[in-house]
Amino acid sequence: MEYFLQQLINGITLGSIYGLIAIGYTMVYGIIGMINFAHGDIFMVGSFIALALILMLGVAASAPMAILLVALLGVLALSMALTAVWGWAVERLAYRPLRGSFRLAPLITAIGMSLALQNFVQIAQGARNKPLEPLISGGFSFPANPAPGQFSVQLSYMQIGIVVTTVALMVGFSLLISRTALGRAQRACEQDRKMASLLGVDVDKTISVTFVTGAALAAVAGMFFLLYYGVIDFFIGFVAGVKAFTAAVLGGIGSLPGAMLGGLLIGLIEAFWSGYFSSDYKDVAAFSILVIVLIFMPSGLLGRPEIEKV
Amino acid sequence: MSAPLLAVDGVETFYGKIQALRGVEMEVREGEIVSLIGANGAGKSTLMMTICGAPQARNGRIILEGRDISRMPTHQIMRLGVAQSPEGRRIFPRMTVLENLMMGAAVTDGAHFEDDLARMFTLFPVLERRQGQRGGTLSGGEQQMLAISRALMSRPRLLLLDEPSLGLAPLVVRQIFKVIKELNESQGLTVFLVEQNAFHALRLAHRGYVMVNGVITMTGAGKELLAREEVRAAYLEGGAH
Repeated sequence: MEYFLQQLINGITLGSIYGLIAIGYTMVYGIIGMINFAHGDIFMVGSFIALALILMLGVAASAPMAILLVALLGVLALSMALTAVWGWAVERLAYRPLRGSFRLAPLITAIGMSLALQNFVQIAQGARNKPLEPLISGGFSFPANPAPGQFSVQLSYMQIGIVVTTVALMVGFSLLISRTALGRAQRACEQDRKMASLLGVDVDKTISVTFVTGAALAAVAGMFFLLYYGVIDFFIGFVAGVKAFTAAVLGGIGSLPGAMLGGLLIGLIEAFWSGYFSSDYKDVAAFSILVIVLIFMPSGLLGRPEIEKV
Repeated sequence: MSAPLLAVDGVETFYGKIQALRGVEMEVREGEIVSLIGANGAGKSTLMMTICGAPQARNGRIILEGRDISRMPTHQIMRLGVAQSPEGRRIFPRMTVLENLMMGAAVTDGAHFEDDLARMFTLFPVLERRQGQRGGTLSGGEQQMLAISRALMSRPRLLLLDEPSLGLAPLVVRQIFKVIKELNESQGLTVFLVEQNAFHALRLAHRGYVMVNGVITMTGAGKELLAREEVRAAYLEGGAH
């Protein structure tokens, strides 16, 4: 039971990170119908920006807890903003000029952008792993004083921080999409871009906003990844990106709650598979579940079937 | 005579290499209802979309209140007091009726939103009952009413209506045309109407144009066009409907 709880906690933490990245895939797919293959690398850039800011500001674990928290929140906000600029630039440079071109064109430039970002970071930052000392350590364990041989469940402050921030961001983002004029314009562009422009919506700007918010959320995931695992390199965007993309497809690509649910599920599958079977095959397990779900539900768990088109 | 609200001057529009409009000349004056009739594929909807800049005219000028808008992006044109209820209605299917109407008011500052909403619900009471329902679940007639209301929510000076009668029951068509007439008479709303249903469209209009293969071939007062032999033969075959 304790062991199960432990995997559950690990899975939810991992799922939060995947979910945050998956939102960017699903929103971009929803609005312009393309898979932004560079999105995983935007996540990677986000984690490097966070690392650079932490080192530049000299944020260290020895600082008092309150100062450390404020500093980390500041780093989070700043890396969201800076990563958003990258997301905006990728769209502006590689996708917008090709709008109206044939469908595969932006897909190809997306792969190009992905490689360009990876190589850029590899050259600029070096290919070696970048470690970071654990900034937030400690947590709860149940039971606090386990009997010899008894398993004790660890719930770290870091995990609590990741899950709480993710839930808050997802709630905020869902409200933004469902309640505000910006969110309505976003959904209008998603459903009928031409009609949206006939109502005075600046479609290009709305698409930019989508990339910017997706990148900002990926930056949060990037910083969590850095703090949680304590080591990053220029290639982390590939695997995390593929997983998050899988999460988006599993949940139903184009669906916002689907991306969140898909991320959570992929995280849980990985954690439980590694915990009970073998961590060597955790990716195989995640992708197998994806294949099985797609066979029976081709549009994903929460995706809408195409027949609803009017 | 004062300058027209909208003047289309020698407009040519292409889809790739195919020319859809071949030097269209027409105008709409303030307070008028102007109808454009023509067969399927004559270029009526293309003209309406060209006025909105989607696609843009390759040659010629489109003047709105003395200002050339032919090179402006669509969303900017729609902020100048032009609104369109387009061909096929294009209701946002996964937004509620209320959200569709909010989208119509997207270009306004929102100060008149509640008043305008109440006005739409008076014009088309069915929309009030359906306001929480998704647009995609409405019937064709309700969608048409929603499309017109959505266009009106921006308080346009020029309303462009593309085939509001298409696929609707005669009773609904009559209701919609009645509303257009009332809006024109009571509020001086200027309307440019594209229709295949020539009888209704010309009877309603102050002036009409006939389009054949991307060119305006006839123009005159609505009732006058309606009386012409060639119009009756070409567009009213089978009698009034």
